[in-house]
Amino acid sequence: MRQLHLLFLTLLLCAIGLGLAAYKVDTLGLPLTASAQTEVWNVEARISFKAKPDSGVKVSLPLPFNPSGYTVLNEDFVGANYGLATEQDEGGRVALWAKRRAQGKQLLFYRAVIFENEEKIADSSKIPSYPAVPDYPEHFLPVIQGLLDKSRQQSADTLSFAQQVIQQLNATAPAPELKLLIEHINTSKNLAKGISWILAGARVPARVIQGLRLHDGKRYSELEAWVQVHDGKQWRTLNTKDGQEGLPTNFVIWQIGDQKTFSVEGGTEISLQFSVAKALRELVDVAESRAILKGSRIMEFSLYSLPVQTQNVYKVLLMIPLGAFVVVLMRNLIGVKTFGTFMPVLIALAFRETELVWGLALFCLIVGLGLLLRAYVEQLKLLLIPRLASVLTMVVLLMAGTSVVMHKLGLEMGLSVALFPMVIMTMTIERMSLTWEEAGPVEAFKQGAGSLLVATIGYLVMNIDELQHLLFVFPELLLVVLAVTILFGRYSGYRLTELWRFRALAKR
Amino acid sequence: MFSTWLNLKRAGVIGMNRRNADFILRYNERSLYPLVDDKLRTKQLAIAAGIAVPQLYGVIEIEHDIVNLPGIVKDYKDFVIKPAHGSGGNGIAVIIGRINERFQYNNGSLLTEEELEYHISNILSGMYSLGGQPDQALIEYRVKFDPLFESVSYRGVPDIRTIVFRGVPVASMVRLPTRLSDGKANLHQGAVGAGIDLTSGVTTRAVWQNRPIDIHPDTGSAISGLTIPHWNKLLTLAAQCYELVGLGYLGVDVVLDHELGPLVLELNARPGLSIQIANGKGMEKRLEYIDRLSEIPEKAQDRAALAQSLFKAEN
Repeated sequence: MRQLHLLFLTLLLCAIGLGLAAYKVDTLGLPLTASAQTEVWNVEARISFKAKPDSGVKVSLPLPFNPSGYTVLNEDFVGANYGLATEQDEGGRVALWAKRRAQGKQLLFYRAVIFENEEKIADSSKIPSYPAVPDYPEHFLPVIQGLLDKSRQQSADTLSFAQQVIQQLNATAPAPELKLLIEHINTSKNLAKGISWILAGARVPARVIQGLRLHDGKRYSELEAWVQVHDGKQWRTLNTKDGQEGLPTNFVIWQIGDQKTFSVEGGTEISLQFSVAKALRELVDVAESRAILKGSRIMEFSLYSLPVQTQNVYKVLLMIPLGAFVVVLMRNLIGVKTFGTFMPVLIALAFRETELVWGLALFCLIVGLGLLLRAYVEQLKLLLIPRLASVLTMVVLLMAGTSVVMHKLGLEMGLSVALFPMVIMTMTIERMSLTWEEAGPVEAFKQGAGSLLVATIGYLVMNIDELQHLLFVFPELLLVVLAVTILFGRYSGYRLTELWRFRALAKR
Repeated sequence: MFSTWLNLKRAGVIGMNRRNADFILRYNERSLYPLVDDKLRTKQLAIAAGIAVPQLYGVIEIEHDIVNLPGIVKDYKDFVIKPAHGSGGNGIAVIIGRINERFQYNNGSLLTEEELEYHISNILSGMYSLGGQPDQALIEYRVKFDPLFESVSYRGVPDIRTIVFRGVPVASMVRLPTRLSDGKANLHQGAVGAGIDLTSGVTTRAVWQNRPIDIHPDTGSAISGLTIPHWNKLLTLAAQCYELVGLGYLGVDVVLDHELGPLVLELNARPGLSIQIANGKGMEKRLEYIDRLSEIPEKAQDRAALAQSLFKAEN
């Protein structure tokens, strides 16, 4: 019954710990390894124009809105003394800058950090209704009819029909009757818009999308337009130049449809230019931003929400259970004797500051000198507490002395001796000298060496950067550590040293 | 290494983890520990229950009372000073006599009264107690051990450790002090441990420093084959201690006084496992057998007899 309870508990702890961690990795994209960086794109839209004198300025700029395959992590808008509003509806998202009076050249910026994520957002838009046939100008009507009829004959379905139309409009030597139409499209509308205008004649649902190719170092570029036709199931994207289906890689869709347009009221010499640069960002930051976008509250309550100094404290504190686990293994599985239960963990923590070799050397130095002084104090026949207090005082003096001497010798690492927990050192000295007297120097050194061995292993484990990162980003993994520790709490097998201790019994 | 593991398992040797997890944690209630950790309370309980213990001459509880020491011991030539919360035989001073106003220690050295008082002061300040809490010093009768052990002990008092599980003795050994152990009777301090056949009370084999030995390392006398006097009485005494403190897994230390017979010296809630080495036999089988028993006889005498009959078949 108790065993079952234990098993259930450990499984539950593991499930919670691993489950939560898996969620964070899978959904929020938190990195499993330290210092994992990821590529993000810094995109900047630059609007420049000359303000007309004596008139208000209104600028509207379509903005990317949940682009498929990308996440907009950060946005900021720069416009000196401009009022800013962003509007969002089914037709998309738009930024509106306004100013009552402006003079001379004006510059407005929109900057976004765009992160490419693996998941493509499924196209959830409803099946569009068939568009009404536009009122084509009379002289174009037969041309368009002819074009559509010809395309229909040479195609099998909506997609190939649209492709035919595009190919004919882009033919190097277009049919003579088409020339006028192409000219018309090129002057009044852009090609994509023209294609969807023509496709409407066959009542094919079509729309224009605009987007940006993400190339590092790209400057002064513009949005590219593509045509999408709906084949009854989903929107298919077509290149307006050759009718090829599919978007290129690294293409972020900026705007769908043409309800929102870029416009500047009260300005002349208007230009809109985009530049793109690749940058590296800590994966953790990215995940954090994404979590906020997704409305997940987990990151809000993560350790990253703490002030940086507190974060650093927890980076260390979270490793202590691992150190304690090392003690569990060393004592209950191996059977190493140590002074005090968790004293080695505290020594290991001090080693973090001093580095291992120096830590060991300084520790042995202080404890050794302390033992000598303790032996002297022994002769004075002091009571326990005053004796401990005097040993503590000597330890502090020894530490200060060591620091000064090391500093004079130019060994700066000697200064870190101040980071040792002196109360722990005092207790070590006291216990070691008691053990020395009662059980002999052999036992005292055995336990002392055991303590240092466990401290060293604890230090090595606690100093693995990957583990540190893992526990800080996924503190729930401590539940797994807890589960394993609990399991060891019921371990009733031999300790490794007992195999040696009872070896005489094993021979029979 | 793994074969050693299997061999130990086969020999039924109990390891530290097993002892703690399956016996101490299950059968020894934490709240009962003070009864055995405080030797004064154990002694008082034993006296009330009519269990034979070494006579208590006096207790020194506070520093100020140390001056009473000469008054307490003035009628006694020899005595023992021990911490009430001591462990592992630490802090025990055995005074075997007086020479020129000095106390003679059992290792032969002479101590002035001042030094003895400092020792008591150390005891009171918690130097020998678990966790270092303030302690008391007991001054009690020094056991004159049975001449039987004369040839196999080097100073100090040999004692007989019995593991009592659910009131039934499971294993016994006699612990013989050596020069190495400085008169103390703990195996890890260098004492000799000799296994005892529970049925007959005859010593079987001995170990010293984890090695099987035949003769005492200091005296050179044969250790095995000694018949412990008053064996049945001793075993019953050990079994009685179960009722005394209610601990299911208990170590009982008994000394044999040549006049007073078996006296309970102290009880231990976490008795060590070396007794298995001394007996050359693991305790697992016996412990598990008793663990499965649905009924344990009520009278200590019956339990001792049960142990003797149960484990007779084993040998």
